[in-house]
Amino acid sequence: MSDFSGAQETERWLWPLFATALFLLFWRYAVIWTGTRVFPSPFEVRLGLAQLVEGGVLWRDIVDSIRRVAIGYFAAVGFGIPLGLLLGWYPSLNQIVNPVVQILRPISPIAWIPVAIILFGVGDHAAVFLVFLGAFFPIVVTCVDSVSNVPLIYRRAGSNFGLTGPQLLARVVFPAALPQILVGLRIALGIGWLVVVAGEMIAVDSGLGFLIIDSRNSGKRYDLVVGAMLLIGVIGLILDVLFRRLETIKRIRWGFRNEP
Amino acid sequence: MSSSASARAVTAAEPPMPGLPIKLRTENVGMAFLRDDKTLPVLENINLEVGNGEFVCLLGPSGCGKSTLLSAMAGFLRPTSGAILIDGEIVRGADPRRIFVFQERGVFPWLTVEGNIGFGLRKLPAKERAERVGHYIQMVGLEGFEKSYPHELSGGMKQRVEVARALAVNPDVMFLDEPFGALDSITRMVMRIELLRIWQAERKTILFVTHDIDEAVQLADRVVVMSARPGRIQQIVSIDIPHPRDISSPRYLELRDGILSQIGLAHRL
Repeated sequence: MSDFSGAQETERWLWPLFATALFLLFWRYAVIWTGTRVFPSPFEVRLGLAQLVEGGVLWRDIVDSIRRVAIGYFAAVGFGIPLGLLLGWYPSLNQIVNPVVQILRPISPIAWIPVAIILFGVGDHAAVFLVFLGAFFPIVVTCVDSVSNVPLIYRRAGSNFGLTGPQLLARVVFPAALPQILVGLRIALGIGWLVVVAGEMIAVDSGLGFLIIDSRNSGKRYDLVVGAMLLIGVIGLILDVLFRRLETIKRIRWGFRNEP
Repeated sequence: MSSSASARAVTAAEPPMPGLPIKLRTENVGMAFLRDDKTLPVLENINLEVGNGEFVCLLGPSGCGKSTLLSAMAGFLRPTSGAILIDGEIVRGADPRRIFVFQERGVFPWLTVEGNIGFGLRKLPAKERAERVGHYIQMVGLEGFEKSYPHELSGGMKQRVEVARALAVNPDVMFLDEPFGALDSITRMVMRIELLRIWQAERKTILFVTHDIDEAVQLADRVVVMSARPGRIQQIVSIDIPHPRDISSPRYLELRDGILSQIGLAHRL
């Protein structure tokens, strides 16, 4: 049994590793075959990133990006969840607010960049605001949906045991909706990470997004451009993996497995 | 099938078992739902009296409104006409003194067995609550599963959790809506035996909805046979066999066949 699961464990790592190696190989030979002078090879990217690490810049950029996402995202969670629960709990209120939400929601946070700069000037606040916007609407909308999807049977059971209003919301509706809310939170985190890069290209002078635009503008350092792109991908993956860990918490896990 | 019994209009409330004070009474209860701008009558003219500590089964085909009637008795739905009274007071909403047991789907999946059973006991001090929870865990035979989550349990175990959660708040009345319908036939028999054991120990008033004739005759003091669309009380059958019941005794078969013929299904297979 342990041998078998051990083999499975190895396979889980082995094949993705193999695919990554294949991708790098393809990349390398694509650069050679096409004879491009602009696009860097994996090796050049590695050298470029090593340079940045030595200079101490890279770490600062990473921390700045993550900090902006963290602030904007947690603000979106802090405002979005209560608002979403409220709107889900009072459908008549939702009917009033919903049109506004539905109009604002499809506007790309990128389109807000000029507005963000007017409101906050060029700087951290503008980037954080964009992350907030990107994460806020998905959170509100999933909260509303997941509250209204809570089975009637749970609400009835809760009210049968004497719960009303806020108590029913806190002890029955919220925990029942939580798995679905988490899915929304995870998507919102991904969007936040997408948006911060765009925001940093325009509104600030640090972070991974700035690193990309700056490397291109000052000397066409495409090794750094591609390096930063890869880092963005890897950090996004790490954030997502960390978030998925939440799904294994027992109070939540029921919502993520197919019950018999 | 147009015998005099089925055509009989039930106007006066059917009395409970002799000698029991009345716990629950329905007076001319009617229910209608609005579907596509049409009113759809679901229940008509339901008059019933249930004695304190009595075990009554509501029996009928699906769609006969028996679950709707039960939900109205529990206070989840308002009757369109008539009134439902418990202890002489009109039912105006859900109440912890009267607990509704759903199929096992009513167990809260985000709480452990302990958490579920203690759900209605939040006002008790922690020590007392733990004692009560422990008592009912033992009563339904779930020792060792205190910290388990519902998705780690079988259907029968979840159903026990729900029954224990209801019993823990010491209600006067329990409403059970096809509680064992989703269980396999052996587990279902075991659960019936356990429910009877608990009922005999605690003497709650029980209203039990089922579409299973055998289940009704095995469990109930009286079986309320309902007809469909709109749901009416067709007949009330007293099951005068003491527990434990011999389900191959002539009297059992006679009562069961009587209900079968009442529904119009006797000797049809």
